[in-house]
Amino acid sequence: MQAFTTHQGLAAPMDRANVDTDMIIPKQFLKSIRRSGFGPNLFDELRYLDVGEPDSDNSGRPLNSEFVLNQPRYQGASVLLARKNFGCGSSREHAPWALEDYGFRTVIAPSFADIFYNNCFKNGLLPVVLTESQVEQLFAAVYATPGLQICVDLPAQTVTAGELSFSFEIDAFRKECLLKGLDEIGLTLQSSSAIKAYESARAAQHPWVFGAIKRA
Amino acid sequence: MAGMTLYDKLWQSHLVESRDDGSALLYIDRHILHEVTSPQAFEGLRLAGRKPWRLDTNIATPDHNISTDRAERKAGVAGIPDKTSRLQVQTLDDNCDHFGIVEYKMNELGQGIVHVMGPEMGVTMPGMTVVCGDSHTATHGALACLAHGIGTSEVEHVLATQCLVTKKMKNMRITVDGKLGFGVTPKDVVLAIIGKIGTAGGTGYAIEFAGQVFRDMSIEGRMTVCNMAIEAGARVGMVAVDDTTIDYVQGRQFVPTGDLWQQAVEYWRTLVSDSDAQFDAEVVLDGSDIAPQVTWGNSPEMVAAVTDTIPRVEQQASAEQRAAVARALEYMGLEGGSAITDIPVDRVFIGSCTNSRIEDMRAAAAVAKGRRVADSVKQVLVVPGSQMVKQQAEAEGLDKIFIAAGMQWREPGCSMCLAMNSDKLGAGEHCASTSNRNFEGRQGNGGRTHLVSPAMAAAAAVAGHIVDVRTMMEEH
Repeated sequence: MQAFTTHQGLAAPMDRANVDTDMIIPKQFLKSIRRSGFGPNLFDELRYLDVGEPDSDNSGRPLNSEFVLNQPRYQGASVLLARKNFGCGSSREHAPWALEDYGFRTVIAPSFADIFYNNCFKNGLLPVVLTESQVEQLFAAVYATPGLQICVDLPAQTVTAGELSFSFEIDAFRKECLLKGLDEIGLTLQSSSAIKAYESARAAQHPWVFGAIKRA
Repeated sequence: MAGMTLYDKLWQSHLVESRDDGSALLYIDRHILHEVTSPQAFEGLRLAGRKPWRLDTNIATPDHNISTDRAERKAGVAGIPDKTSRLQVQTLDDNCDHFGIVEYKMNELGQGIVHVMGPEMGVTMPGMTVVCGDSHTATHGALACLAHGIGTSEVEHVLATQCLVTKKMKNMRITVDGKLGFGVTPKDVVLAIIGKIGTAGGTGYAIEFAGQVFRDMSIEGRMTVCNMAIEAGARVGMVAVDDTTIDYVQGRQFVPTGDLWQQAVEYWRTLVSDSDAQFDAEVVLDGSDIAPQVTWGNSPEMVAAVTDTIPRVEQQASAEQRAAVARALEYMGLEGGSAITDIPVDRVFIGSCTNSRIEDMRAAAAVAKGRRVADSVKQVLVVPGSQMVKQQAEAEGLDKIFIAAGMQWREPGCSMCLAMNSDKLGAGEHCASTSNRNFEGRQGNGGRTHLVSPAMAAAAAVAGHIVDVRTMMEEH
């Protein structure tokens, strides 16, 4: 996993609440058995005027010029500014994969849906929670200042943009994993003996949990 | 010290390790896999040279993008028309064969939508932790399980370690007392709850559904309610163990018998919140106030009683709400102020992990019996949630009732809930659907979803528009 320390980049505003995972990456693209390549289909239904298919060549498709990510001033954006309950809906990890593949490294919003929030950390994408009023100020700054860059400093837990500077909260374990780009499975396997001890105790106490499901 | 909630007990009994920062290693008893969110996880295992921690906790079945058409199903995996879907289903079969995971393949008895198959086969039992790469995993909470959806990285993590790195959620209790009115179903109850607390109302909480309405409800009904906890923002929904739970579990395939059964039941009886348990949030509804519900917008919280009218933009309190309602009405092609029962219906979908169990089939058939689908309705899909549901429904002759009414009786799968297979809405088409999400494009690009109960969906099929099913049924 890609580590995240400090990232400064162009900010793009996604100015609607409750952006769901079907909107972030529509269902037809979930048929892929790969982890990469979802970027061109990020926000597919909002971004293009036609209907995208998994194997289609996206370069020639008609763009919806009104969609924010198609506007010239937001080309190359790597910081997504969003509204409340971002990422609601399904557990599809394809949503953070698509954001990451497009080039976003961080999403800033007043709140996120739980599963999406959790999935971001597994993919080197930092979800930052600020208050409604702080996010409002960032939206205003982005609209007012073409080319506005936002800097997200994970070690210091701050977001800065021009004159604005806010601090944010983050879980210590998640921060550590993201800073080091750690493989969580490897970390958990260091606790193998604790897992085995739990399993034996459980098998003695609740034996019906194990052994029933097996190949005929 | 205050007593423990059901969630506290389930958390405590699965704790492998607590860490200083508040995160924990939680043991997972059951991991259910399907074709969409597993391929990258298996690939990750292969690349790292890892294998599953153990096999008897995992079970797989394809559901999301298989065909529900009989002829296509008969042709097996090769009969799946879309080549990317075909590859995904084939990849699940290959991965399960390679790693030795038990799988109910596409046409085997046992196959079904993950959240229908799991409880029905006794894969999930009370007191277990259950995860699956699907946000509707909370369904299994109906059996007093700690069950929730996970992402693909976590699918790989659970395969490799049988654990999840997670943090404890807060406790919320939603109490619905009283008695449901005639024609009001579990689906209406959960839609009314979402209408009250909103789609982010449960974020960060594990919800316990309590009160007389849930005590009176069947396990299948409780599954419908827990299934949609995520639509209220909560990853976890659950109901405490009672006699109904024990009766449901007994005799299922993977459930113990004899002494082991007695031992299990004794433990399961403890899976209730203590009377002095503290909840971080409490919500109370009166069951007798709930009418059949219909969603009119693009978020499950945009819901109204069938007797109501569609909200007007100008009546909304904030600028944000006005914008959201205006956007939804435009997408849905509806007028604020018009009657819910004026919403036309082009297609009807009866199925999904929310409402495709035998009781749902019976409820829809009771309305369809002796009636015909309206001429204006293009298609009515009735899709049983599993091979077992299909077999039972056919034994009861329900398939014949649907077919006689002009409906299509299909093979088990997720079908039109999410448009990953051939069952889709066309642009602009309205659908009375028993599924769980009415997001833009969810059932097909430009499609317009109205979430309802199975009885309401069947009634809409007959009327050609949304209708109050109570006007078509006799009260006993």
